[in-house]
Amino acid sequence: MQFFFEVLIGGLLSGVLYALVALGFVLIYKASGVFNFAQGAMVFIAALTFVGFRELLPRWLGLDAESAAVFWIALLLALLVMVLLGIVTERVVLRPLVNQPPITLFMATIGLTFFIEGLAQGVWGANVRGLELGIQDEPIAWIMDSTGIGISKFDLFAAGIAAALVAVLAAFFQWTRVGRALRAVADDHQAALAIGIPLQNIWRIVWAVAGFVALVAGLIWGARNGVQFALTFTALKALPVLILGGFTSVPGAIVGGLIIGASEKLAEVYLGPHVGGGIESWFAYVVALLFLLVRPEGLFGERHIDRV
Amino acid sequence: MFYREAGQFKANYREDQQIFPIRQDRIAIALLLTFFFLAVPVIADEYWLKAILVPTLIFALAAIGLNILTGYAGQLSLGSAAFMAVGAFAAYNFMLRVDGMPILVALVLGGLTAAAVGVLFGLPSLRIKGFYLAVATLAAQFFIIWLLTKVPWFSNYSSSGVITAQQVKILGYAFETPQSKYLLTLAILTVLALAAKNMVRSSIGRAWMAVRDMDVAAEVIGIRLMHTKLMAFAVSSFYCGVAGALYAYTYLGTVEPEGFNLDLSFRILFMIIIGGVGSILGSILGAAFIVLLPIFLDNVIPHLFGGALPQSLTSNLQLIIFGALIIFFLIVEPHGLARLWQIGKEKLRLWPFPH
Repeated sequence: MQFFFEVLIGGLLSGVLYALVALGFVLIYKASGVFNFAQGAMVFIAALTFVGFRELLPRWLGLDAESAAVFWIALLLALLVMVLLGIVTERVVLRPLVNQPPITLFMATIGLTFFIEGLAQGVWGANVRGLELGIQDEPIAWIMDSTGIGISKFDLFAAGIAAALVAVLAAFFQWTRVGRALRAVADDHQAALAIGIPLQNIWRIVWAVAGFVALVAGLIWGARNGVQFALTFTALKALPVLILGGFTSVPGAIVGGLIIGASEKLAEVYLGPHVGGGIESWFAYVVALLFLLVRPEGLFGERHIDRV
Repeated sequence: MFYREAGQFKANYREDQQIFPIRQDRIAIALLLTFFFLAVPVIADEYWLKAILVPTLIFALAAIGLNILTGYAGQLSLGSAAFMAVGAFAAYNFMLRVDGMPILVALVLGGLTAAAVGVLFGLPSLRIKGFYLAVATLAAQFFIIWLLTKVPWFSNYSSSGVITAQQVKILGYAFETPQSKYLLTLAILTVLALAAKNMVRSSIGRAWMAVRDMDVAAEVIGIRLMHTKLMAFAVSSFYCGVAGALYAYTYLGTVEPEGFNLDLSFRILFMIIIGGVGSILGSILGAAFIVLLPIFLDNVIPHLFGGALPQSLTSNLQLIIFGALIIFFLIVEPHGLARLWQIGKEKLRLWPFPH
């Protein structure tokens, strides 16, 4: 039973990581109806930019590589790059494609994925880089002692970050002027336009915020697995989370992440050995599919009523 | 001036309903077919046949399959490569396990197996729509490839799941030269493309388009949704399956499940987007474009910079240009190459007196 809980908690915590990536998808889909496949590539370029600047800054400014200043400046620069990327994407890719069917926009984001992958590796190189956030990936001692369940300090930290991020986003959506405008656009593009909300500004902001979420996800995933090309596959991990939770729901992304993370880890441990392993590539999708058969628009998605 | 239907009167329904109602079109198609069947095998060298023409034909077939599902029936699918894998492995196993199995029958059986699997994974489409369905088809993509890798029976217990296609032999004639393989592929594509063209003009094709445009409305006017959607999945997977089998038998010779990965699915999706969603001709044009583009970039990029670029940078630059070109195409002509062709035809009709 102890082992079961250890696996379950480990799964839930890794589910939080999935949810982080899914969050970026949800933000963009909600505000602009674009299914942004490039979110994985954005996670990749964000983490790579941060690590790259962290390597370059000490040389440029003569600072100590381990100092907090380097960390924060690199973070700021990476954030700047992500915001710029978001703005340029809006201007160059989305604006000319207004009013195209969703599948066209989806394909455009796949093109964007290729572009970003090439750009990131072209600028920073394709080496695998380590990313040190200063938190050890080791079991927390007192929980280990009292209950015998090993919970990684790092995972808990990541979950904390994710929770904080969701809280900040929720507050931003709920109580700021821009947040209200974002919700209005998400509800109804045309109505939002009619009352004078500048749609293009909103899209820029949403892409910038998605870039910020990608940066956070990139840092945590990068610290976990190293900053490498495989980070782009986080998008594939986030997709089942997304359909399970519903494309348009922030809480859905979190709950979906938890369900997917937990069931995936449990299946890996208890089901995997019976079928020869390697099931993590598809298991999450099958779980999501089963949920969809009951609720076709995801757990928290908007119920869509078709009218002839 | 030359492209007019003026004076071509239709005297009966048969004439009115032929695939190419304009005489110039029929002549053009006949010329094109003659060119590709007779002239190309003679003038094209081995590299062109093996590395460009055969894959283009095969991908065109797969793209037609996906276009039937996505372009005509409106069900977005990201799992076409998996159905190609099913076709390839099924054809291989039929050839392997049934004595004296003719290759053409094996190809059809491979396609039918893929169709059966396609119907199975098409079942969720009755309940799930849009991008939810697209992500759900990813389940098919990952699950099928996993299954083919994990169950050694499918690859006849070969190490790492690689299968080697048996010799292609029809009525005692062995298809070994690049020319003969090209001709075989071309013949199959021609037959299946014509069949597809006719299918989308018939009642089932119209039912698909009605479902695509609005499935509730289609249901109201009496189209059986389940039958129509599953039929689309079956036909689409059949085409993909045959394409997959040809991929193994006339193109690569040896294939492994991992070769049919998500990238391939995306490439096929690119083909129909670039070529034109909801167009058989577009599928073929798109396939040619996507096959040729990387080869073109490979040859052009080194010259652009005087050949001084390191390999890694070249490949990254290729990614960047590929991505940018996709976006550029979508912005300039979201309806694809087929639409450009159509516009050209309209212009040609009026030329040289456009008013």
